[in-house]
Amino acid sequence: MLSYALRRIAGLIPTLLVIITVSFCVVRLAPGGPFDQEQALPPAVRANLERLYGLDQPLAVQYVHYLRGLLRGDFGPSLRQRDFTVSELVAQGLPLSATLGLAAILLAVLSGIPAGILAALWRNRGADYCITTLAALALALPSFVTGPLLALVFGLYLRWLPVAGWQHGAPRYLVLPVLTLALPVAAYVARLTRASLLEVLNAHYVRSARARGLGTPRVLWRHALRPALMPVVSYLGPAVAFVMTGSLVIETVFGLPGTGRYLVEGAIDRDYPLVMGMIVVYGALTLFLNLIADLIYGWLDPGVRHA
Amino acid sequence: MPEQAVAAARGLWSDAGRRLTGNRIASAALAVMVVMALFAVLAPHLSPWGYDSLDWEHLALPPGLTAAHWFGTDRLGRDLFVRTLYGVRLSLFISVLASLVSLVIGVVWGAVAGLAGGRTDGWMMRFVDVLYSLPYLFIVIILTTLWRRGSIAVLLLALGAVGWLTTARIVRGQALALRRREFIEAARALGVPAPAILLRHIVPNLLGPVLVYATLTVPQMIVFESFLSFLGLGVQEPHASLGNLILTGAQEMESAPWMLLVPAAFLVGLLICLNFLGDGLRDAFDPRER
Repeated sequence: MLSYALRRIAGLIPTLLVIITVSFCVVRLAPGGPFDQEQALPPAVRANLERLYGLDQPLAVQYVHYLRGLLRGDFGPSLRQRDFTVSELVAQGLPLSATLGLAAILLAVLSGIPAGILAALWRNRGADYCITTLAALALALPSFVTGPLLALVFGLYLRWLPVAGWQHGAPRYLVLPVLTLALPVAAYVARLTRASLLEVLNAHYVRSARARGLGTPRVLWRHALRPALMPVVSYLGPAVAFVMTGSLVIETVFGLPGTGRYLVEGAIDRDYPLVMGMIVVYGALTLFLNLIADLIYGWLDPGVRHA
Repeated sequence: MPEQAVAAARGLWSDAGRRLTGNRIASAALAVMVVMALFAVLAPHLSPWGYDSLDWEHLALPPGLTAAHWFGTDRLGRDLFVRTLYGVRLSLFISVLASLVSLVIGVVWGAVAGLAGGRTDGWMMRFVDVLYSLPYLFIVIILTTLWRRGSIAVLLLALGAVGWLTTARIVRGQALALRRREFIEAARALGVPAPAILLRHIVPNLLGPVLVYATLTVPQMIVFESFLSFLGLGVQEPHASLGNLILTGAQEMESAPWMLLVPAAFLVGLLICLNFLGDGLRDAFDPRER
């Protein structure tokens, strides 16, 4: 187990390096610069600014310099939001984005697995059709459609919940965003659970458990559920990535002050360190959480470790 | 030998066609899709209004069959029916083209890797793995923002560059399996050069699963495109895309909910039809999947 974990962790470093290099190239080779404004700056001021931020040096030097900074945990200063470093900006927004994402995953797992179990147990009956149809619908709809629609129904017509805003994390304001974010993930979890449980319920050991006279709850709990949930565990990694990019939309739709807006704003302003910082933080987080999901999977299913 | 392979392929295709028309949901989805696509193509001729023509007499008019504008108008008095159809048109155009781009790259990459095998295969698929781990939506956002915002060519390129990875994986798996089949071995023994084997024998046999995946790629591309337009990075005003229509609709939903509901309904319809069609095609080509 330990050597498997170490091998996987070692595999992260080159991947992260590729992410950093590719995005550095994409960001820096694009036309335009951070100091292009309506009114052109005097050449001397511009040259001074560029020297201050090291933008006058060759790209390769800047790249090495950036990597060195990253090793020290320094993402550099924001070029547009003066007086703030990228680390400060990310640290301000990340707790909210992380709360949203974690709550959404939790909600999705807690609602998707029971829904999938019900659908599998009542296969080809009313409840199953209801659940599978709802899941198909939830999977087909992007969150920038479901978000405004939910806000319209629950916020404007029923007036149960606030439409948007956030009031420093009052839970009422987070219900709709979390729900929107969780919906497609819950649908996918339900589908996976249904499909794999149906398969497991046909397995010989489950049939022999039934033959021994065990009731459905006991068969589920003792024998069927654990192997049936393996695909769900391995989906958690991609789900995390999905939720993290999804929170970008959710924050725009519901007007939440997370980190999502920095990516778009930073790209429009050519705020190089801010854009790079966002990509590196989100890329590293995604890789790390994927790794954790893989390790849990390897722990549950020893066969994977030696593959 | 090639004649026989072609005959077998025809059998597969007509078989799949029969199964698809037998599937009621998929046929209905196909019919709705065709109607929508027709409407979208004919959009300029269906209404006296253009996508950017203003009707000062009817600003933010609610929808109604007897009204001057069936689906109402937006704040500037632009006909929502026409704008939505233009949005569908643009979404379909961009997503189909982007799917084609990703299809071509993916098929070539996957087939070459699968056929070559060994170390070449290892490196090519390792490259795909690494690209998979990139936060691709971020890269698309960066690409479209930094390089000429709103340019359809950049949008296409960015979407196509993202979509080919899964196709490459599917194709490679199929090619690996095909490589060991007797007819490929026979062709090789007869001295047919590798590129000819690729084009005559491998690619035609791959088309089924690839076609299925491609129909499932189109709705993904529609979502990506409207997502970018929703963030204000894709199609720009006064041009209409489902994404930027939904964005405006979401901002105006308190006073004019139809501005959100009309484009959202079209997007939802489009996505659901495409998904059902893709599922139907998958069942048609691989009945075991059921």
